[in-house]
Amino acid sequence: MTLAREASKAPEVGKPPRRPRSARSSRRAAETRAGYAFLSPWLLGFFALTAGPMLASLYLAFTNYSLFRAPEWVGLDNFIRLFNDDRYLNSVKITLQYALVGTPIKLAAALAVAMLLNSRRRGQGAYRSFFYAPSLIGASVSIAIVWRAMFIDNGVVDRVGQGVGLSPGGWVGDPSMTVYMLILLAVWQFGAPMVIFLAGLKQIPTELYEAAEVDGAGPVRKFLRITLPMLSPVIFFNLVLETINSFQVFGSAFIVSNGTGGPADSTMFYTLYLYFRGFRDFQMGYASAMAWVLVLFVGLITLIFFKTSKHWVHYGGEGK
Amino acid sequence: MTTTTPTTGKAVAAGEAAGGGMRPPARSTDHDGGRGRARRRRSWRTLLYHGSILVLGFVILYPAAWMVLSSFRPSNEIVGNVNLIPDNTTLDNFVTAFSGIGGVSFWTFFTNSMILAVGAVVGIALSSTVSAYAFARIEFPGRKLWFALMIGTLLLPFHVVIIPQYIMFNELNMVDTFWPLLLGKFLAAEAFFVFLMVQFMRNLPRELDESARIDGAGHARIYWSIMLPLMRPVMVTASIFAFIWSWNDFFGPLIYLKSPDNYTMPLALRQYVDQTTVSDYGGQMAMAVLALLPVLIFFIVFQRYIVDGVATSGLKG
Repeated sequence: MTLAREASKAPEVGKPPRRPRSARSSRRAAETRAGYAFLSPWLLGFFALTAGPMLASLYLAFTNYSLFRAPEWVGLDNFIRLFNDDRYLNSVKITLQYALVGTPIKLAAALAVAMLLNSRRRGQGAYRSFFYAPSLIGASVSIAIVWRAMFIDNGVVDRVGQGVGLSPGGWVGDPSMTVYMLILLAVWQFGAPMVIFLAGLKQIPTELYEAAEVDGAGPVRKFLRITLPMLSPVIFFNLVLETINSFQVFGSAFIVSNGTGGPADSTMFYTLYLYFRGFRDFQMGYASAMAWVLVLFVGLITLIFFKTSKHWVHYGGEGK
Repeated sequence: MTTTTPTTGKAVAAGEAAGGGMRPPARSTDHDGGRGRARRRRSWRTLLYHGSILVLGFVILYPAAWMVLSSFRPSNEIVGNVNLIPDNTTLDNFVTAFSGIGGVSFWTFFTNSMILAVGAVVGIALSSTVSAYAFARIEFPGRKLWFALMIGTLLLPFHVVIIPQYIMFNELNMVDTFWPLLLGKFLAAEAFFVFLMVQFMRNLPRELDESARIDGAGHARIYWSIMLPLMRPVMVTASIFAFIWSWNDFFGPLIYLKSPDNYTMPLALRQYVDQTTVSDYGGQMAMAVLALLPVLIFFIVFQRYIVDGVATSGLKG
């Protein structure tokens, strides 16, 4: 921030103070030019690929548009249709189910393993990488194919189930189980939030725990009274991120259902339905309406997180 | 990472929360003082600790290990085979995989993926550092507003821009080319990387560029000769993630690439699963392994950078 000010002072030192104003303002103009020159790639991208398209899809949301004919204004029609569209409502339902069940389990697993790894024993770095690995590959088509192969009839999971006396059958073909299969795939990738939790745990000063021990606090009390509050900014961060991400699950559902969203629409997540409507049926107005509902919903969720955060997120102390 | 999204999702407005933004990777510095006493009493607990972690690790790595080892099995021995060690090994699956799909060579898919991933790395390295320099080091009117807008795009679901983008690229006759997938990378459309670079640059000492300015260096020179060399650590981290995300991306190629000659590895893999009968699990597994190989190699070589990058910046996998 002080750079421009400092820099603009520098040349003045040797000069007679006759026209400092114009010198300064031409300096400032040069800074402005440089600033916009450096920012130009981002600005171009912002207008051409983000802001422009956002406005365009807002407009399209109120039209019928199929890529082949000019958009036809239909007012709120698309939105009214959305809330009468059973397939749409189903996609909302299973996406919420996926997010509301999957995210807490994933974060709980991440926190538990992070606390396990946080002790000062050897091998921690290697273990950390080890548990992180699934996060890097979990969203790939390869892993979705493996998941599918493991959860089909007489697949590995079925066999293990039979081995312990259950006969679960294949999850892939069972509409009541497919969501859980994908939740497991999400939970499997607990490594990324775990690494972030671990970094947060390291910031908690050990004196706090020592003082609590002197006062006779047990492990449960230490966890509830020290770890959770001190970690709350990191929990908040992970919660916002993971929740919003989970609304956008696409690739794994696409592959597991072999591009159908089935069986019985049980893997027809929000973005998958959007893809079907927009890019298979070319109902681009309808799909745009879906996209805007998603944006508003994500915005609302984020707002709720931030509004409620003051009641449970503790900043200050060591937290930055 | 839950979804392979081109624009959003990995990113974080609250980056500070995860340990103060991106800094040059710091080695962990905590050591116990002397704590020799009661060591023997603790040894069984240490054993239990490592034991439980290894059991957990086994469960976690099982799917990946199963994939790799299944690719060496005959096709009919894959499904339902809980054992990891194959009874019979074969390389037939890899022969199948390398023979390509529908007359298009395996290496075509591989090259396509590689072009896109390397293009993404180059584009992101150039565009995000330049934009970040403007945000972090130049004072100009409107900067705060642009920065706020940039942060605002971090959590934006990219689905809201994908349809107009498609219409636009369709008008420009760019569908079924690599342009729609690369252009955004060269225009810093992935705000997350810009944010990462800004955070890093703000932690670099200002005296360096101030003294360079006094010596008469302009912004272009300061950016190129002073900032870029100092930004190597964050560039490495960003490049690794840019490569892996591009390599694993499914949604973008699915929408834009139509002809099999342009398919990336994930698209080819999906095509393969779609076309072949259920019995050819071997070919699927071999393709799946080959499609992940570059990611696994990156992970093994750059583990530290990757995991430290996640730890310090909230980067996602």
